[in-house]
Amino acid sequence: MDINALRAGDVLPSREHTATNVSLFMYNAAVWNHHRIHYDETYTTEVEQHPGIVIDGPLQGDWLSQVALNWLGDKGQLLKFDYSNRRAAYLGETLTSGGSITAVDAHSGTVELELYIKNAQGDVITPGHAVVQIQR
Amino acid sequence: MSLLTDEHKAWIGQTEAPITVEISRRDIQKYAAATEQLQDKYLQGDEAPPMFVFNLFSEIPRMDQLRADGLARSGASGPKLPLKRIMAGGTEIHQHRVIKPGDVLTGTRRLVDMYEKEGASGPLIFMVRELAITNQAGEAVMEEIQTSIAR
Repeated sequence: MDINALRAGDVLPSREHTATNVSLFMYNAAVWNHHRIHYDETYTTEVEQHPGIVIDGPLQGDWLSQVALNWLGDKGQLLKFDYSNRRAAYLGETLTSGGSITAVDAHSGTVELELYIKNAQGDVITPGHAVVQIQR
Repeated sequence: MSLLTDEHKAWIGQTEAPITVEISRRDIQKYAAATEQLQDKYLQGDEAPPMFVFNLFSEIPRMDQLRADGLARSGASGPKLPLKRIMAGGTEIHQHRVIKPGDVLTGTRRLVDMYEKEGASGPLIFMVRELAITNQAGEAVMEEIQTSIAR
């Protein structure tokens, strides 16, 4: 990857994620999260009064980080990454992750990215940012 | 009326007992499969994706320590909040070194801030915790600043 060929405004590949009961089970088992809002629909809707099973915020954070990591591949390192869970997402929704370059510093070899997860209505529910170091 | 008392706010700045975790290839592979990773280095467990650290440095509670919502009762490590429904708020990480199988990592968590806001559906309490992760050589691996919201 030649940093001199990168420009602010360049768009990173987007990707769709549709969580299922099985994928949420796998994620919550892998991170050892036993909060019932991720697997017990009756409890989630009746007690915590969500419209459905909640897609983990940190899982969306991982999908968001992958926009940067998959674009970068072995051509550099992730230095900094942040995201905010602005709005919840529920089982059955298809979310789209993507992003774009906001700044390129050829001197330091760093690139800044703006990242998003959008719901089917096109609302950004999880915005984020990353700073990556491109290998010289 | 303020939900957070002086007793709650006295927790700000307090550090929890460090937790040490041995990183296994299989745990990385499970995480990589569950998060739909595309890169072989993650799927084969040669390297952990950065977000692998989520919840990694938490105590594993026993069954009798769980609340009705499935989360652990707050123990000695944090304040008992007047709002109980917890949601993830967001995270910021600074990565210094990638995590590999065989690493022995120590995470030390500190409550850096706690504040309330009036949300659309009622009061919210924001808890901001900073986690500093070092490896077996004492080198900095990552800092994670995590916000959780009680409502």
